[in-house]
Amino acid sequence: MNHLSLIIKREYLNKVKNKSFIIMTFLSPLIMVGIITLVSYLSQLNNDTVNTIEVLDESGLFIDYFEDTENLKYKFITGVALIDAKYASEKSNNYGLLYIPKTANIEAFSEAITFYSEDSPSLSVMGAIENTIEDKVNTLKLEQAGIDSELIKELRININTKLETFAGKKTSKLGSGLKLAFGGFAGYLLFMFIIIYGNMIMRSVIEEKTSRIIEVIISSVKPMKLLLGKIFGTSLAGITQFTVWVVMIMVLSTIVSSVFGIDTGSVQSQQQELLVQNSGGESQQIITDVMMEINNLPMANLVIMFLFFFIGGYLLYSSLYAAIGAAVDSETDTQQFMLPILMPLILGMYVGFFTVIENPHGTVSQVFSYIPLTSPVVMLMRIPFGVPLWQQILSLVILFATFMATVWFAAKIYRVGILMYGKKASYKEIVKWLKY
Amino acid sequence: MKNLLSASNIYKSFGEFHALNNITIEVPTGSVFGLLGPNGAGKTTLLRIINQITMPDQGVVLLDGQPLKPDDIRHIGYLPEERGLYKSMKVGEQAMYLAQLKGLSKAQAKERLKFWFERLEIDGWWNKKIQELSKGMAQKIQFVVTVLHQPKLLIFDEPFSGFDPINANLIKDEILRLRDEGATIIFSTHRMESVEEMCDHIALIHEANKILDGKLIDIKRAYKSNTFKVGLLPTNSENVQSILNEKFEVTPTSFKTINEEIQYNIKIKENDSVNDLVHYLTSLGQLTHFEEVIPTANDIFIETVKNN
Repeated sequence: MNHLSLIIKREYLNKVKNKSFIIMTFLSPLIMVGIITLVSYLSQLNNDTVNTIEVLDESGLFIDYFEDTENLKYKFITGVALIDAKYASEKSNNYGLLYIPKTANIEAFSEAITFYSEDSPSLSVMGAIENTIEDKVNTLKLEQAGIDSELIKELRININTKLETFAGKKTSKLGSGLKLAFGGFAGYLLFMFIIIYGNMIMRSVIEEKTSRIIEVIISSVKPMKLLLGKIFGTSLAGITQFTVWVVMIMVLSTIVSSVFGIDTGSVQSQQQELLVQNSGGESQQIITDVMMEINNLPMANLVIMFLFFFIGGYLLYSSLYAAIGAAVDSETDTQQFMLPILMPLILGMYVGFFTVIENPHGTVSQVFSYIPLTSPVVMLMRIPFGVPLWQQILSLVILFATFMATVWFAAKIYRVGILMYGKKASYKEIVKWLKY
Repeated sequence: MKNLLSASNIYKSFGEFHALNNITIEVPTGSVFGLLGPNGAGKTTLLRIINQITMPDQGVVLLDGQPLKPDDIRHIGYLPEERGLYKSMKVGEQAMYLAQLKGLSKAQAKERLKFWFERLEIDGWWNKKIQELSKGMAQKIQFVVTVLHQPKLLIFDEPFSGFDPINANLIKDEILRLRDEGATIIFSTHRMESVEEMCDHIALIHEANKILDGKLIDIKRAYKSNTFKVGLLPTNSENVQSILNEKFEVTPTSFKTINEEIQYNIKIKENDSVNDLVHYLTSLGQLTHFEEVIPTANDIFIETVKNN
């Protein structure tokens, strides 16, 4: 067996057989599913209680205008003085009392209404109440001015521009966002991977130094091979762990939702509902648009390139961590390096969201899709907009070449770092290291 | 005698600091070569250069007459002074891993490890974790891993540190046995008694310069001071010393005997004959003890380093 595969195997087994690694692999999904379950259980618990709001409407304009919702009931009371109503409401454990006085004119409503409650009411409840009142008051105002509010609604026109490329492909405004999402997803995944496993690679590179086996190892293996083996071995361990997490979370959430009847997806689906509601009754339209956009994307190209760029990006950032591990003596010196390494990736995300969406093939987008530290994100964002294959391949070549160069450089640092006796490195010295 | 390893005119500096200054050593095939020197003299740097861990700034290292190439690490076994083991791995796993890195196949590694583990009486440790081992135990494993691939050149940097006398002796015998089986051994140590016992050649490095090298016996010959340890039962004890002082350089000394004689170190001049001295001494009384003082490696080490 050659050295590299030996080292990879050792690194992999060493990580995977480590007790704390095993514990975290199986505990993390449990904790995550547990938290999600708890959150959705709590929000359900919240949803189950029905709050009653008493409405004392002295103006008489709003009687039965408030519509009950699942969690909120309005109870209209009449013929009671405010003081008595407040007293009664406080005693009866109601959510609150809405007091609408009689006013001289409609404009005066803007300042006249008061909501009494035990604690401060939730923003969503207040929003709903205010919306209802505004709605009614505006209608009244329009009526006063002699305008038919129904007529206005009818006259309002919604413009929905249809988009089509010269080649005849139908697209929509949603497309750009959707396209960015792919790059964004890759960037996000890369982020998570690097944050979780970057340190692991760094530690693994320091391992030989702390256990003082470095000279034995380095007299039988080239540092370049050692570092490559460490990066690959640790990455494989990371991928193993990540896969276990994904599978376990999926299985566990299925079990939890079927056994306890708690829908772990309910938190998200509520947000989705909200989103659809906000965009009016066009949800059907949006869904068809999304489907159309997805069909329009160069899926095969995207999936393959996603894999390549993700792997390349991950390896490149790993090699940076390896270089740090090679340069320092102990783990305590490494903490501060976490953020600076992530900065280029964050930059890539920003460039993607602000530049690529405006001009996917502009100079800035192009340049950043070749720079290896940002290309995994930026190029993936550009690909859905159509990038010639040679550009994609060129970018990949640069990415992987940079990875190898970084490992090579790290290997130099590694070899010299152990033997320098803390002497400061002059430029001449660095050049000499590189020659060796 | 052919040299297995020869390093010629090696220079190495770290920044302003000169670690090695024009060092040349020749290690004859089948010898035990002692690389000596005070702390920080540059021994470890030289060993690292031989192992291709660092490169010399100038100079060439020849192994078997050929310049060193990366593949030569298979012919060299190196036990560095700074040595450790992966803490979280088991003894057997680790030994197998290191053996395979040295180019052994799995089966070969297993077979030879079994042999060595039995030989050093550590065969019960296969499944122990390194953390559970004492320093001496870990050293044994490091030793085994160093010699396992049967290299023709073995390099030991302070091989006996951390060993109790029994185990140190065990390792010493193993090293000598390996030499007898054809390996060439370079070893660096501060323990002069082991130099005395084991080395046939030495080189002494002091502050980056080689100040002495050659066959140990030749060096001893060169360093002998024509001094003799003498025990004498004189017929007239009163003025023996003053008589002797006139002719020789005499210093009192002491050694254990069963007689109650006078004990002297007597130094004769380079060209004087030993027979004359013996003759003269017997004329003064009964000679009970006569021995040439041979400089020890320790004496030579201290004297040479001090004079430089």
